[in-house]
Amino acid sequence: MKAMNRRKFLKGSLLGGVAASVVSKSKNANASASFGGYPDAMGVLVDLTRCVGCRSCEAACNKEQGLPAPAKPFDDLSVLDHKRRTSEGAYTVVNQYEITGQDHPLFRKIQCNHCNEPACLTSCFVNAYTKTPEGAVIYDPTVCVGCRTCMVACPFYIPAYSYSSVLNPVIKKCIFCYDTRLKFGRPPACVEACPREVLTFGKRKDLIKIGNKRIANHSDLYEDHIYGENEVGGTSWMYLSSAPFEEVGFDTHLGTQPILSYVKEFLTVVPMVLTIWPALFAGFHLLATRKDKQKKEEKSEI
Amino acid sequence: MKTLIANGKIPLAKHYNEDRSVKWSVKDKLLLGLSLSEYLAQAFRNPLNWLFAVIFTFGGYVTITRFVFGLGYVTHSSYDYPWGLFLGFGLFVMVPLSASGFMLGTTVEVFGRDDFKPIERLALLNGLLGYLFAVVFLQVDLGQPWRLIYPMFVSLGPAAVLFLVAWHVATYLSVQVAELVPAFAEMMGMPKLKTFIKSMVLGLTIAGIILSTLHQGALGALFTYAPGKVHPLWYSAPFQWFHFFVSSVFAGLSMLIVVSTICKKTMAWRCDRNFLDNLDKLTLGLAKGATLALITYVVIKIIAIAHDGDWGYLASGWGQWYLLEMGAGVILPMILFTVSIRNNLPGLARFAAFIAVLGIALNRLNTALFTFNWKMYQEIPHWREVMICITVYSLYIVTYRFVLYRLPILYTWKKDEEAAS
Repeated sequence: MKAMNRRKFLKGSLLGGVAASVVSKSKNANASASFGGYPDAMGVLVDLTRCVGCRSCEAACNKEQGLPAPAKPFDDLSVLDHKRRTSEGAYTVVNQYEITGQDHPLFRKIQCNHCNEPACLTSCFVNAYTKTPEGAVIYDPTVCVGCRTCMVACPFYIPAYSYSSVLNPVIKKCIFCYDTRLKFGRPPACVEACPREVLTFGKRKDLIKIGNKRIANHSDLYEDHIYGENEVGGTSWMYLSSAPFEEVGFDTHLGTQPILSYVKEFLTVVPMVLTIWPALFAGFHLLATRKDKQKKEEKSEI
Repeated sequence: MKTLIANGKIPLAKHYNEDRSVKWSVKDKLLLGLSLSEYLAQAFRNPLNWLFAVIFTFGGYVTITRFVFGLGYVTHSSYDYPWGLFLGFGLFVMVPLSASGFMLGTTVEVFGRDDFKPIERLALLNGLLGYLFAVVFLQVDLGQPWRLIYPMFVSLGPAAVLFLVAWHVATYLSVQVAELVPAFAEMMGMPKLKTFIKSMVLGLTIAGIILSTLHQGALGALFTYAPGKVHPLWYSAPFQWFHFFVSSVFAGLSMLIVVSTICKKTMAWRCDRNFLDNLDKLTLGLAKGATLALITYVVIKIIAIAHDGDWGYLASGWGQWYLLEMGAGVILPMILFTVSIRNNLPGLARFAAFIAVLGIALNRLNTALFTFNWKMYQEIPHWREVMICITVYSLYIVTYRFVLYRLPILYTWKKDEEAAS
């Protein structure tokens, strides 16, 4: 119901040029399927061909976000033997993938991809998530109830939960260093820490151009695809790879529709049930009981 | 209790004693007209109570540890499986089994089928308690249960499916309480309260239909957020809400048959003739409704597979699991119901209802846990999680029994004395 309203709202804004600026600031606008992302959203292009798996980004993230010290130090590369995922103690992790037909492994950094239309945001019933115009998906722990629907909804398995906390368990995930850096136009800590220029920080639309240029210039090296350009409606973090994306742990079956579009089919049913059911069932009631009423009236006439 | 009745005790069902000299107090009503020692003696004689005592001692302790040491202590703290048994069983199984309230409300109040009246209150109570304990399960599972009202008043996310679930379950709980107020009013001797509720019963019932349609469907729609995670055979973006809604219809009716059977077998002393004499006929009536819903469900399930093009998955291992769920949990009870209706066999209908209840539980657990993350590893719940589920469910049974013993659900409160007061 809400989503429909927004869609209309956005359509109207396309017609009325003045209205557009107002709508783009509307907090709800990012939940609509016709929303392609904030025009000046920032992003990061991750080039897997350059990554050597040094884990500097993990260390920088840990420091910037004040996370607890890990069990094994960041220069211990034995952790790469196992596949890891983001957790309450690590907002970003690097995994190693052996590629058939290549003499060296590829490394892939995982963190929140900061979707244009985040599934976590649209599934949250207390509006704890916000997609900022700068591109970050940030989270307000003070309103979170802990239902963990966002973790179910995230197609990338990113949000983690601090289950160990008794009084204040919250969602833990990368926020693009929004509070400390992105807000002031600075790149996130991991980007600054990378010694191999794997991570390119910039406006999302520029990054797509850069990615396409790299693919065009080295078509023998790169897969002809920027992962994240269109996946689930587009993400702020995007990837280039020299191996097929499914071989580097990416889910290549996510489609280009934002997650919300799968839920909309139900959301459109809601107003119909709300408006049609009362009349329908009151009508049924009148039909079903009309004979009783007639009998009663006949009796009273006699 | 049976022994007591054999000794001449009559279960309390009216405001005054036999020769109208004494008006029963609230305490008498709570103790079923027994003295405290008699009441305790019959409670101790019941072996089921000893089982509950063991469960509550041990399980109660484990449940307390959940709130003292956090969710991480009682679950595997999985990031990949954020929802475990508390929601997979407690919410997604309990809620469809509680659809009986709105089903029978509709049958009696909207369609005017007064012949279902003897079982209407049991259906309403089954609904109310099922929802209440689904919320209890939710409170065990929520990271910060004290923030339960946040989606209502503090920070609203109205575009989320869960927002609808929260509001509807809360509203529907109040509707169900209101629908059961007449029973309470009869027992406590407050006729005006009863008249007041009766005056708006049609409105309440229609509100119940709307709220139930939407939140039963919404529980299914919650999984549409996870298109790549739930196995395609259990996932269908356009039909998911309808699958959950239609299956809740036969789930609620079957659960009502099961519960009424248990009442008849274990507390016949509390049921009056109106309930006992009509039960066989009503069971078959409910079976008819359940069969129609089962047929609708099978058809819409097949349409969903055709629409989404999932035929290929049927040949896989998951497909066989799916066919087993559909065959044993849906088609088998459908056939048994049909045979029982044609040949007037209420016993067979009860057996079929029992299978249908298990079938729907399997379906919800399949969607929420077993086929969730079907491309990943399978999460096995922590034993403490299982223990807490058993404890809360036992609490549900004890509460259920407590209410059935007292409120005029299975029997009719004798009215004739009201005039005397």
